[in-house]
Amino acid sequence: MKARPIRDSRQESAVFVRRAIIGFLLILVALSVLASRFWFLQVVKHRELQSRSDENRILTRPLAPARGLIYDRNGILLAENIAAFRLEVVPEQVQDMESLLADLKLTIGISEDDLDRFRSLVKSKRSYQSIPLRLKLSEEEIARFAVNRWRFRGVDVVPYLTRFYPRGKKLGHLVGYVGRIDAADAERLDASRYAGTTHVGKTGIERSYEELLHGEPGYELVEVNADRRPLRVLERVAPKPGRNLYLTVDVRIQEAGELAFADRPGASVAIDPRNGEVLAMISVPSFDPNLFVNGISQTDYNALLNSPDKPLLDRALRGSYVPGSTIKPFVAAAGLELGLRKPSDTVMSTGEFFIPGQQRGYRDVRAGGHGRVDLVQSLAQSVNTYYYALALELGIDRFASYLARFGFGQPTGIDLEGEGSGVLPSKEWKQARFGKPWYPGETVISGIGQGFWVVTPVQLASAVATLSVGGIAHRPRLLHATQQGIGDAPEAVAESQAQPAIFRDPANWHAIREGMIAVVNGPTGTARTMGIGFPYVIAGKSGTAERYSRTTEAWQHISQVAIERHQVLFEAFTPAEAPRISVIVALEAGRGGGRDAAPVARKMLDAWLIGEGQAPSPPASGTDHP
Amino acid sequence: MNGVLANLGYRLKSMMRRPRFDLPLAGALLLLALVGLATQYSASDLDLDQAYAQALRLLLGTVLMIVISRIPPSTLRNWTPWLFAGSVLLLVLVTLLGEGRGANRWLDLRIVRFQPSELLKLTMPMMVAWTLNLRPLPPNWSTLGLVSVLIAVPAFLIAEQPDLGTALLVAASGLFAVYLAGIAWWRIGLVVVSAASVMPVAWHFMHEYQRNRVRTLLDPESDPLGLGWHIIQSKIAVGSGGLWGKGWHNGTQSRLEFLPEHTTDFIFSVFAEEWGLIGVLLLLLLYAFIIGRSLWIASNAKDTYSRLLAGAISMAFFVYVLVNGGMISGILPVVGVPLPLVSYGGTSAVSLLAGFGVLMSIHAQRRRVAT
Repeated sequence: MKARPIRDSRQESAVFVRRAIIGFLLILVALSVLASRFWFLQVVKHRELQSRSDENRILTRPLAPARGLIYDRNGILLAENIAAFRLEVVPEQVQDMESLLADLKLTIGISEDDLDRFRSLVKSKRSYQSIPLRLKLSEEEIARFAVNRWRFRGVDVVPYLTRFYPRGKKLGHLVGYVGRIDAADAERLDASRYAGTTHVGKTGIERSYEELLHGEPGYELVEVNADRRPLRVLERVAPKPGRNLYLTVDVRIQEAGELAFADRPGASVAIDPRNGEVLAMISVPSFDPNLFVNGISQTDYNALLNSPDKPLLDRALRGSYVPGSTIKPFVAAAGLELGLRKPSDTVMSTGEFFIPGQQRGYRDVRAGGHGRVDLVQSLAQSVNTYYYALALELGIDRFASYLARFGFGQPTGIDLEGEGSGVLPSKEWKQARFGKPWYPGETVISGIGQGFWVVTPVQLASAVATLSVGGIAHRPRLLHATQQGIGDAPEAVAESQAQPAIFRDPANWHAIREGMIAVVNGPTGTARTMGIGFPYVIAGKSGTAERYSRTTEAWQHISQVAIERHQVLFEAFTPAEAPRISVIVALEAGRGGGRDAAPVARKMLDAWLIGEGQAPSPPASGTDHP
Repeated sequence: MNGVLANLGYRLKSMMRRPRFDLPLAGALLLLALVGLATQYSASDLDLDQAYAQALRLLLGTVLMIVISRIPPSTLRNWTPWLFAGSVLLLVLVTLLGEGRGANRWLDLRIVRFQPSELLKLTMPMMVAWTLNLRPLPPNWSTLGLVSVLIAVPAFLIAEQPDLGTALLVAASGLFAVYLAGIAWWRIGLVVVSAASVMPVAWHFMHEYQRNRVRTLLDPESDPLGLGWHIIQSKIAVGSGGLWGKGWHNGTQSRLEFLPEHTTDFIFSVFAEEWGLIGVLLLLLLYAFIIGRSLWIASNAKDTYSRLLAGAISMAFFVYVLVNGGMISGILPVVGVPLPLVSYGGTSAVSLLAGFGVLMSIHAQRRRVAT
């Protein structure tokens, strides 16, 4: 060993002890700093970090309620929920969304529409929420996905309930359809109530009774691990299913009517005049609502959209029809009730009517005129001159304000969205619409339901129903009863408040009714064969409106083809003395109301009889005069 | 016969009076090991196999501790240069031929997979103590220069593996020996200032993953699903434990696997989540007691070598606790340093207990304190 410097062991030991004590104190300081850090996290920030820990582990999963079913008034199923499978994606678990989508597209096929909808949903939902990509997978598609499943992390086939309309296009417009919630819907809907819901009512009953049909969502608190895999359910609040709806509609009447239309474009509405319940509401042509539920293909949609017959237009609710002679009973009511006519007063029909001091003539249907006619005959034979004169005497102001009482020119308030309001001709309307003054000639043609007149079928049906019970109006409605569960008793919907009777003198109404009975049952009636074999007396009125003004080129062009020249209508109710059904039928083309529209109405009345416990009668046949 | 019995009786008595083991320290270590096992068992979601494996390692470490405690410090001192040279040689070998990924290099010795860097946790303070023992104290510049080389070369090799945590612990154990040898405070100040000025250069030489860890420490929320995930989830685990904790095996953060590495580097988070601030304070007190008791043993050591070695081992133990605790509470960057005797893993438990074996040996040869 080398020589070492002399060491002072005692000194070194003292230095060490000093250093060790200082070192230990510094260590204690450092540990205290560490302890204070734990105090900060575990006491000061405890609440915040506790909630973040819960956010980590607890996932709230919304549980969508089952949508309520829809039945007709007799319990025939119109909309149900059936089991199907869909593809769902959890964006959080996907590494490269675009390549995944491209890959899926090759494997099972995904349309651009699906992709667009998916992308917009990805933006609006939380990244751990499962988002539907493709609905209603076929068995083959499920199999193809299953084989390739390992490639698609975060994608899953999930069972769900989808809406199905067993009657297809027969009630397409009326029941409507549900469709996937899109960005516009998402803005309108309460996000918390629709968190687990993919579909929402888009049209028809599905739309207007969305509130009842949807139900109340439930939720599940699920404990998940770091991969968001659910481990156990901590708490579960079951969803409350939507209410089942019983519509006022009788499918038998509805389908009999649709059959009778034989694809001719038009609409029909049948109402129980005692309470405003809509028994049938037909719009032809129709569409299959099932196409829309899981996303309609562009081809199908274009076909519907571009079809010249406009199958997507709900004609019953917002179709525009010139009422023509169907308006005459209402004009007659104005004349009688306002004291300008007595039922026995007669008017001479010469075939042409002139406003005093004017050159232009207004024609009757029958060349040379009907001769001298009273009220009953004016209705039975649809004598224009009677109403030209009456309208002129009433003047447009009284005319419009009286007819408004029957609901013309305004929506009926039926429980469907998007109802049209028609046009009740008036000075105010013309001024507002065209900014032009009113001419007396316009009053004259308004008297026979021509000119500016426009009605919607539901509006005319409501007016006829009101008229048929002596002027007691009920708001037309489609909801008969609701039901919480299949086993529960249906709860009837409160009847709408009846309005006071429009007719002050029942004799006036009886005279008009007599005229309308004569239309169907009289020797000169315009729908003479319509009531044959029917057990009840039918009262009615035909309408044959010109589709084009006689002065236009279009008139010259098609005037040879009578069927294309006219919109034809028919209104009826039965039994005439105490009506239980009133119906209107509008066809967009036809020879005459009595000839083409009345048989459709008769078919519907026949179907109605079945519900009344009556055997169906032999179908009405034969032709009629317009 | 009588004489033999009398001799035995004497030895028994002397063992009771002057036990080779320091009982308070041994008791504290036992308690810590039991806490570690209980936390392990909870963090592994009641995996008995894992608890047994850890218990076996602790047992192995304890046997090693007993064996080392029988070796007199003078013998250790004589072996020191050879042990140090051997461990550095192995370190060079592992750097050249070793296998293993990233921060976990080991030499495959057929039977045990073995990290030479662990050896240096013990041989480094031995070598520094040995060197200082030969030189006048407090150390002068030339001593410091020599010691710096002894510390820097292995530390650099380990950091290059890259295993920053172990490099830090190895370097710290050497530096603590220098500190305890009485290096002048102004020299410490000078070193600290120059070290701080070298920081930017160090940053330049750091691996990208190491830099990212520092960046993540500064703003963990900037990358909540990537590098920040560890820190964020650990803080949530600690903070959600609150004052009293969620209770044993009720820590959702670890049980539901939000907390990564929850049996190894982040076991302290599990402990804090389940036992709350009260548990953390008690655990820190236990560590403080072990460090304090170890320093007490060092102060009573017979010679300078023993004193410096025991002191360096004691203070290095503190570095484990500080770096691990600082990491899981989000005040220090994520560095792979285990919580001593609690984290799962064999090598650190064995090397730690071997260190305590050295302490026990020094304790057995302590100065006779006049009472």
